[in-house]
Amino acid sequence: MISKAKTLLPLLALTLLSGTAFGQEKLKVGVMVTLSGPSAVLGQQARDGFNLAVKQLGGKLGGVETEVVVVDDELKPDVAVGKVKGLLERDGVQFVVGPIFSNVLQAIHKPVTDSNAFLISPNAGTSNFAGAQCHPNFYVTSYQNDQVHEVLGKYAQDKGFKKLFLMAPNYQAGKDSLAGVKRHFKGEVASEVYTPLGQLDFSAELAQIAAAKPDAVFAFMPGGMGVNLVRQYRQAGLASIPFLSAFTVDESTLPAQKEAAVGFFGGANWAPDMKNPQNEAFVKAYEAAYNSVPGTYAMQAYDAALLIDSAVKSAGGKVSDRNAVRAGLKKGDIKSLRGNFKMGLNGYPIQDFYLVQVVARPDGKFATSLRDKIFDNYVDVYAKDCKPAN
Amino acid sequence: MSLTLLYVQTLNGLQLGVLLFLIAAGLTLVFGVMDFINLAHGVQYMIGAYLAAMFTAMTGNFFLGLALALPSALLFGLALEFLVFRHLYDRDHLDQVLATFGIILTLNQAVKVIWGAAPLSVPIPDAFSGSIVLMPGLLYPVWRLVIIGSGLAIAVLLGILVSKTRIGMLVRAGATNANMVSALGVDIGKLFMIVFGFGAMLAGFAGAMVAPILSVEPGMGDNLLILTFVVIVIGGIGSVRGAFIAAVMVGLVDTLGRSFGPTLLRAIMDPAAASQTGRALAPMLTYILMAAVLFFRPAGLFPAKK
Repeated sequence: MISKAKTLLPLLALTLLSGTAFGQEKLKVGVMVTLSGPSAVLGQQARDGFNLAVKQLGGKLGGVETEVVVVDDELKPDVAVGKVKGLLERDGVQFVVGPIFSNVLQAIHKPVTDSNAFLISPNAGTSNFAGAQCHPNFYVTSYQNDQVHEVLGKYAQDKGFKKLFLMAPNYQAGKDSLAGVKRHFKGEVASEVYTPLGQLDFSAELAQIAAAKPDAVFAFMPGGMGVNLVRQYRQAGLASIPFLSAFTVDESTLPAQKEAAVGFFGGANWAPDMKNPQNEAFVKAYEAAYNSVPGTYAMQAYDAALLIDSAVKSAGGKVSDRNAVRAGLKKGDIKSLRGNFKMGLNGYPIQDFYLVQVVARPDGKFATSLRDKIFDNYVDVYAKDCKPAN
Repeated sequence: MSLTLLYVQTLNGLQLGVLLFLIAAGLTLVFGVMDFINLAHGVQYMIGAYLAAMFTAMTGNFFLGLALALPSALLFGLALEFLVFRHLYDRDHLDQVLATFGIILTLNQAVKVIWGAAPLSVPIPDAFSGSIVLMPGLLYPVWRLVIIGSGLAIAVLLGILVSKTRIGMLVRAGATNANMVSALGVDIGKLFMIVFGFGAMLAGFAGAMVAPILSVEPGMGDNLLILTFVVIVIGGIGSVRGAFIAAVMVGLVDTLGRSFGPTLLRAIMDPAAASQTGRALAPMLTYILMAAVLFFRPAGLFPAKK
């Protein structure tokens, strides 16, 4: 009985796959993002951004009727692997869009790229897949993770800050973050503080900052940690020391940080007030549909939908012609919301990076706003190690 | 300069300790009196914070919000006791752990459904929104001092309640031998319910008090719960006095260790190695403290006499 089921399953999968291949009128996209736990708001932004694009394109990507299946990776790599296999084998998706977090990406990268589907990451962009382990079935519409941190390091260096106080949670991404900052900042590092992941009260660290008297503080404190740090930083009267950050003040945390974050700096490849017609239309439509200000998570997921759209279109709607679709993905010929966008050889974008600053908008909401352009057409430092297979 | 930093960090440690005490007091009584492991105690802290956030937003005044949140937290605790915990008192610890863990998952998800996944914030009440200068360049928010003050006041009140009143006497007796208290004609079920509801309210109070300085978000009580268990194990299960002393100890060790550990290590090894070791060592300090206390006093500092 069991052996029968085992032989039947691949057959079933084969018929399902060939069904779509012959019909060619249906495109299935699996969106896998984090929708539960404290970081759920990031996943919601990505999901909403992607859905908005599909809706605006009339429910079609590349002119092909599109069905979107959304799943929650629960920010657990083991759960994510199980669910992504479900997407590939049960739902037969041709594209997986996700995830938000790098540790989930590490887990689902191989199952997806080994299968018949393409993996498009709307946020996570780890160094290994940008360099030696780059893969022709993997594309990123965000950035290489280090680049955002590098923006602040470069800014601190250009601005002539002599002494920087660095803070990050004590895990791999935190260490990568501070390494990214130090790649461009050559001045004195007053102190490198690593806090336990999930720490919510920063009173001890704030006292250290006050004692060290740095020219500026750099912090990488994503999610709830950032909300707490920013509010406590303001309450401790340290706001006269410039606050540079990555993933700490953005549209996902600003609704809770409010006035406390105004004037604080971040690094990004985009901000809601970026001036181009497609972006202005996007921000307006997003705010009308979801009653919140879109962040980079929403923008990058929207661009992921545009990327799939352009690739399927360039393959003439033949989703099953994987080489043609791949060629389209490599071209990355999209009208990105961030304006300047090219697809690099390693599947990571080549784009501009900006210093952004938190502002209070006249309508009472808070958003990041573009300030200086820090990098032009910036290629990540790992791309040179990527030898594209085809 | 370094001495002022020490004072400030001591104050920070005291504030963490007071917070831990408010949560641990209820937990140690529930554990000590009812022999009931309640992992969901951290959730009650979160519920308190959410209720305070909601009522503050509704009334526009933190203290009105707090006044509404406390009885709501109490009612919520009693409802949980009535619906779930009551049926678990006679089961073994594993069943209790499983059931209360289930409650954590359910309630964390429930607050997200009701209030959304994005963190909420509560403004500091105007009367206490100022700061005072404790060291050059650092303002200490008055609200943190309010937390320390109210926590210490509650510790004193609780001490009097447990050692001087009839209900306190019954609670102490229950912690020593619940069956005997029951045999003497005390309605032990009712006593359990009062202790439980009161513990839930204290945790809720802690949550409401930190809402203006921390973000209110799903799962905010989970990290604190582990430290709270460390506190009640160090203090001796069932002892409010032990919980207070252990909470202040843990708060101070954690805060001072985090900020001065690397500096002290630098005296005996080179800077890079010191910061590396200090970083690894700091989160361990409270557990090393627990291990050391248990080595010398296996039942904790102030165990209830059995």
